[in-house]
Amino acid sequence: MTEVAPDKQTSSSGDTSRAIIQVSDLTLGFDGIALLENLNFQVNRGEVFVILGGSGSGKSTLLKHMIGLYAPMSGQILIDGQDIARAEGEARMALLRKIGVAFQSGALFGSMTLLENVCLPLESHTALNRSARELVARMKLRLVGLSGFEHLLPAELSGGMQKRAAIARAMALDPMILFLDEPSAGLDPITAADLDQLILRLASSLGMTFVVVTHELASIDTIADRVIMLDRQSRGIIAEGTPAMLRAHAEHPWVRRFFNRQATEAA
Amino acid sequence: MLRLAGRLDVHTVSSVWGEALAGLKGRAGRPVRVDTSGVDYCDGAGVALVVDLLRQPREPGAEVGLGDTPEEVRRMLAPFDVRDFSSEAEPPRRGPGLKQHLANGLYDLGRYLYLQVAFVGEATAAMFHAARHPRQVRWRDALNLAQEAGANALPIVMLIAFLMGVILAFQSAVAMRQFGAEIFVANLVALSLLRELAPLMTAILLAGRSGAAFAAEIGTMKVNEEINALTTMGLDPVRFLVVTRVLAAVAVMPLLTLVANLVGLVGGAVVMKGFDIPFVTYFNQVTNAVTLTDLLGGLFKATVFGLLVAGVGCLRGLETRSGAAAVGISTTRAVVSAIILIVVADGVFAVVFYHLDI
Repeated sequence: MTEVAPDKQTSSSGDTSRAIIQVSDLTLGFDGIALLENLNFQVNRGEVFVILGGSGSGKSTLLKHMIGLYAPMSGQILIDGQDIARAEGEARMALLRKIGVAFQSGALFGSMTLLENVCLPLESHTALNRSARELVARMKLRLVGLSGFEHLLPAELSGGMQKRAAIARAMALDPMILFLDEPSAGLDPITAADLDQLILRLASSLGMTFVVVTHELASIDTIADRVIMLDRQSRGIIAEGTPAMLRAHAEHPWVRRFFNRQATEAA
Repeated sequence: MLRLAGRLDVHTVSSVWGEALAGLKGRAGRPVRVDTSGVDYCDGAGVALVVDLLRQPREPGAEVGLGDTPEEVRRMLAPFDVRDFSSEAEPPRRGPGLKQHLANGLYDLGRYLYLQVAFVGEATAAMFHAARHPRQVRWRDALNLAQEAGANALPIVMLIAFLMGVILAFQSAVAMRQFGAEIFVANLVALSLLRELAPLMTAILLAGRSGAAFAAEIGTMKVNEEINALTTMGLDPVRFLVVTRVLAAVAVMPLLTLVANLVGLVGGAVVMKGFDIPFVTYFNQVTNAVTLTDLLGGLFKATVFGLLVAGVGCLRGLETRSGAAAVGISTTRAVVSAIILIVVADGVFAVVFYHLDI
């Protein structure tokens, strides 16, 4: 018998507390104008956390602050115990390796095939050889139902397929946290349901944490452990809890209308 | 038995991947069980290692199979059928043969020529339509484009023209001084600038600034499906986008060339002052050397160059395929094509002007 084992390494997690993301007194906006003020919430390890809100309520902007693309006006966002807005150099790189992001538009590199797109983070951040990288990438593409499309360019795929390829790329490094911006928008119900199952499977088997911006009620009911709902007028969180709890007990009229698919009074 | 143990994640698994494959090769001809019971943690890359071991081609009776496998690893392996990842399952990546290459090349060339001719036809028709229905032209857009291509280009055009006048005058004055013919430097500078260099340099600057911008802007619109949106709204992209740009370029090119002429002559005058030739003498010599025909001929050439630069910039933009790289390619092609067309057209003008005795 031959035993093969990597050298002992410390866990990649720096902080073992329950919260993997801690947002404290966060105010964010642009050009000195606050879009959302004094946000306080936490995302727990292994949970699927969903951000909801009306159009223009700042969901995607909040997501972009959480992944360190924008600096907040005040407050902090701790990812695994480290402030992503203030982390620099190697600390920032280490933090970025812990997260994967699938953008709303997919943001695949148009000049690269799907396989090359998924291989790119593996090439930059791991010592895997080419054949191993390609195998990992092909397996990620299989997970999102894109086997057989490895050598196509993004432009040769439908919008939904591009979105799934973006999720495969975001998962390439098996990050601790996966941020998904409107992952099932534009997908057919079956593919959207498959994607929900994938999220649940990854969350349960790998303990991966998901932060998802979505409007799909069916998805929210299937995947969400907890939900926060943002509101443009009050510039903050108007509801927080499980989908079932919000559907049954939410006091805010917008939240009730959202979960019951009701039109606004004016309409 | 091949036993995998410890933490198999995307960062650690590379250190044992080769060793595990070597362990398998060392057992050629014998069946091998991959035991993962000692694995503490396994992510997608760890599972990929297991799949890689399972997919290795083996002789009959010496297959690789799963041994003791924890439930977590088994669950992660469940979505994958190892046969899908065997090297035989990989699609062949053979390129087309020589015949196919030639056929593709000929087809591409034919299609390219067809598109160029079609664009020239469409653009000409759109320009005639604009002349017949001037109220349908988007004059505000055309004016903004003219400001960008014209007024905003003035500083760089003036700088280049001034330096061109200085260099021309200086290089020729040094030689002519030996014959006491410095005064004829004014003739050389004036004729070269008005007939040839000012229109040429201004057109090349327009190609670099505005031709590239036209291609990039229209190319990005193509990538973002804005061109498709125009078409489905019943708006002709050529009429909507090309006419305004061509009008703007055609309008500003003679004006920019006129400024380049003046500033270039001033550059020459400054150098000649250094050779003890007063401004008045220099400008008298210039006015005697050139005719109105020289000036108008140069301005006409400039107008045609403007038409070519804007036309080819828009054409390259409309030809853009998909992706960010395609926009870069279109921009480069716009500038290169414009410069080639300018030089070719300049050659044609030289022959035509010679035969017309202009």
